[in-house]
Amino acid sequence: MTNLLKNPLTFFSIIILSILLILAIFPSQIAPMDPQKANYDALRSPPSRDHIMGTDYVGRDIASRVIYGVRTTLIIAFSAVILSKTIGFAWGLASGYFGGWFDLVTQRIVEIMLSIPSLILALLLLASLGSGKITVIIAIAVGGIAGTVRIIRSSVLSIKNMPYVEAAKAMGVHPIIIISRHIAPQCTAPLLVVASASLGSAIFAEAALSFLGLGITPNEPTWGSMMAVVAENYLRPLWWIAVFPGIALTLTIMAFNLIGDELRDRLDPKLKGEIKD
Amino acid sequence: MKSKYKLLDVKNLRTAFNVEGKDVTVVNDISFNLSPGEIVGLVGESGCGKSVTALSLMGLVPDPPGKILGGEIFLEGKDLLKFSESDMEKVRGKEMGMIFQEPMTSLNPVLTIGKQITEILELHQDMSSKEAINEAIELLKLVGLTDPELRINDYPHKLSGGQRQRIMIAIALSCKPKILIADEPTTALDVTIQAQILELIQKLSNELGTSVILITHNLGILARYAHKINVMYAGHLIESGTTDQIFYNPKHPYTAGLLNSVPRLDLDPNIELPTIKGEVPNLAEFNEGCIFKARCPNPTNDCKDGKSEMGLIEVEPGHLVDKCCINCK
Amino acid sequence: MLSIPTLIGVSILIFFFMRILPGDVVDAMVTDETGALVFTDEQVESIEESLGLNRPLHIQYLGWMKDVVTGDLGYSFWTKVSVGEHVRRRAPMTLEIAGLSLIISWIIGLPVGILAAINRNSTKDYISRGVVILFLAIPSFYAALGFLIFFVLLFTWRPPVEVIFFWQNPIQSLYVALPAAVAIGTGMAAVVARMARSSILEVIREDYVRTAKSKGLTKRTIINRHVLKNALIPVITISGLQFGNLLSGAIAVEAALSIPGLGALLAQGLADRDWMIIQNLVLIFAFLFILINLLVDIIYSLIDPRIRYD
Repeated sequence: MTNLLKNPLTFFSIIILSILLILAIFPSQIAPMDPQKANYDALRSPPSRDHIMGTDYVGRDIASRVIYGVRTTLIIAFSAVILSKTIGFAWGLASGYFGGWFDLVTQRIVEIMLSIPSLILALLLLASLGSGKITVIIAIAVGGIAGTVRIIRSSVLSIKNMPYVEAAKAMGVHPIIIISRHIAPQCTAPLLVVASASLGSAIFAEAALSFLGLGITPNEPTWGSMMAVVAENYLRPLWWIAVFPGIALTLTIMAFNLIGDELRDRLDPKLKGEIKD
Repeated sequence: MKSKYKLLDVKNLRTAFNVEGKDVTVVNDISFNLSPGEIVGLVGESGCGKSVTALSLMGLVPDPPGKILGGEIFLEGKDLLKFSESDMEKVRGKEMGMIFQEPMTSLNPVLTIGKQITEILELHQDMSSKEAINEAIELLKLVGLTDPELRINDYPHKLSGGQRQRIMIAIALSCKPKILIADEPTTALDVTIQAQILELIQKLSNELGTSVILITHNLGILARYAHKINVMYAGHLIESGTTDQIFYNPKHPYTAGLLNSVPRLDLDPNIELPTIKGEVPNLAEFNEGCIFKARCPNPTNDCKDGKSEMGLIEVEPGHLVDKCCINCK
Repeated sequence: MLSIPTLIGVSILIFFFMRILPGDVVDAMVTDETGALVFTDEQVESIEESLGLNRPLHIQYLGWMKDVVTGDLGYSFWTKVSVGEHVRRRAPMTLEIAGLSLIISWIIGLPVGILAAINRNSTKDYISRGVVILFLAIPSFYAALGFLIFFVLLFTWRPPVEVIFFWQNPIQSLYVALPAAVAIGTGMAAVVARMARSSILEVIREDYVRTAKSKGLTKRTIINRHVLKNALIPVITISGLQFGNLLSGAIAVEAALSIPGLGALLAQGLADRDWMIIQNLVLIFAFLFILINLLVDIIYSLIDPRIRYD
């Protein structure tokens, strides 16, 4: 565990993630002001001593809005990833293990879903389901299911033919037990790898969706919607309203990407060792 | 025919690999030599360091994690270990050629066979591409490949393991090097093909006068094809001599054990096959004394305590054995 | 060719998401933010009829498919301009941006990846890996926004909003496409660089590279002749897969830079709940993506002789 910290990049990302976690859990203690409060005496003001990240068009403190945005972003991203990986994992296990027409149909569906870029799929869903926290989570989650199914299914296929699985089947062990005891545990490594990669893209997706005006309701502070405000008024850009949330967004995605990389480096070689048998 | 001139003289070669932070010496004080036209065998079990020895001669040890710690490799009197990389590039392929254990992965899948042969000809023989192609066809004929004119334009995946190994031999011998290093050339091939490849190597060695270092774990091969044999164990050279000396008069318990453990048709089928007790030591943890002490059938007290020294001594002309195990017998 | 059934499947999926999911198609169009109807009931009914929404579902789907196949992409509900016309005007710009992004990603990404691999674990390698990690994380629309802000503030630049076709005026056209292409391309360059580096490092360990070295070939020859061709195969594959990200990125980037391309059209259509636009444009995007992946397969088979004989 300690050599996890030796890699400076991993160390850096763990620090960032810890900071994000604290900001997400205790925004009110850390944020200097109420993110919704309009300060009429400081409209559109650039970064200053009173407002280190400046204020927006209705005088709301950007720094506070960025801090509150952490919680929103993380909740949506984590919920979407948990949802999509759970469904994908179960579906992939079933499809790989049981085979037959179910597997064939699954493969076709996966192929079709992977033909539409995930963000566009999310946009499509949001257009029909309407905006709101739950629908955004669902929209982002749906984009991540197909990839998971494909990866888990291929893991299952390589494990399914192992002698110990065949032995269990021959002994009449119930499929559910075979799956949960022999197959699923060996699929957790690829699941973690795919989940950590998805977190980064879920965070990006949430930001892109809010940027396009399709995210959660406009009043809650999200980084994407803050950047959208500047894009709309580009002739006289109040740069601080977009730059600071963007930095927060970049750092967050970077931290999750790095953790994902580290996980993949650690789990992949071991994974190869397990399956090669 | 065979002169006493030492074409290749390896002295006290030591190569190590960095394993989890520690340098582990996998080729430990190896010395042997090669005369023109000789076929010298290097034998030992998997992991004894024979392949790394071969790679060290060619300067192909991957660095990192490997590095040559010391010793001298005299090729026609010049120490290769003092050569710069560009000097070594002139030696590889031209003075020394090498074939490897895995013919299936040793050829580049996206280049034609022809290209992989002509490139070495154009490099060392300064041939034009037309000359090189013709020479390549001749080489393929030499190694017994059918329809060489067609093979030139084929990609490796269309050929079998045996065919690919023949091509490797053609490539290695294309510039008429003085030495061919054959690192377990037949281990990955079918038994019937093995014999063909070995016959080919012997035939070409005789025709071209090339000396061969034949690396294998199979003593039977060496009995038939090698003039001299060097026995390696866990990175050390423990016995060295002519083929007759090794087979009829093995002095090291390991050599004797190896010879005994070969299944023979004339032995009683009901008797258990003799084996050598114990296991190869973990080189990362081994520190002192005779490398074979854990498995020696009759170790002296000094040896058991790790106090005995290793080193080769001559027990009869041309026959060298590690001195610790002589004492123990 | 597997792509045609896939495309049909995609169209069914799009249709499914739009019609069958909860949320009346017309509802979103005819209500304002508070949920109040802005049209009268009769008007709502006539809208439904004009969109053909009162026909059974499978008839609607087949009708749509027939229209698409004959090239009729319907009409935008709000602007009354044919979707086909919109696409004709805007597709070239988006395709230009896509092509330019791809070129940029390779021009920047490949050298960086190759250098990092050859100088493994040196300072150059660490710096380039750090830069790559940074650019992988920067969202493309943020980069685009960043350029916009930078140029507007420092040079009082105004982003061009006209549609300029490449064949009319190549320089001007590229000028419009460049900021978006750079914003998207640098992100993709990071992906290319990373893939190239790891692919080269893997290929260098292959047996055939050791064979090449044993021939006495110089390091440069080995890299150019033996390593690169093999190492580039996965890089091409990943570029093809990245095309999906490219299309998605184009939507947000075009919106950020007010570029009149397909992405902006889709963004507008989504905001307006303009179903004809949404439906057909998503289909077009999926079609482009499938097309590119098909192209990747073809290129693949040209480079790797092992594939050709399948």
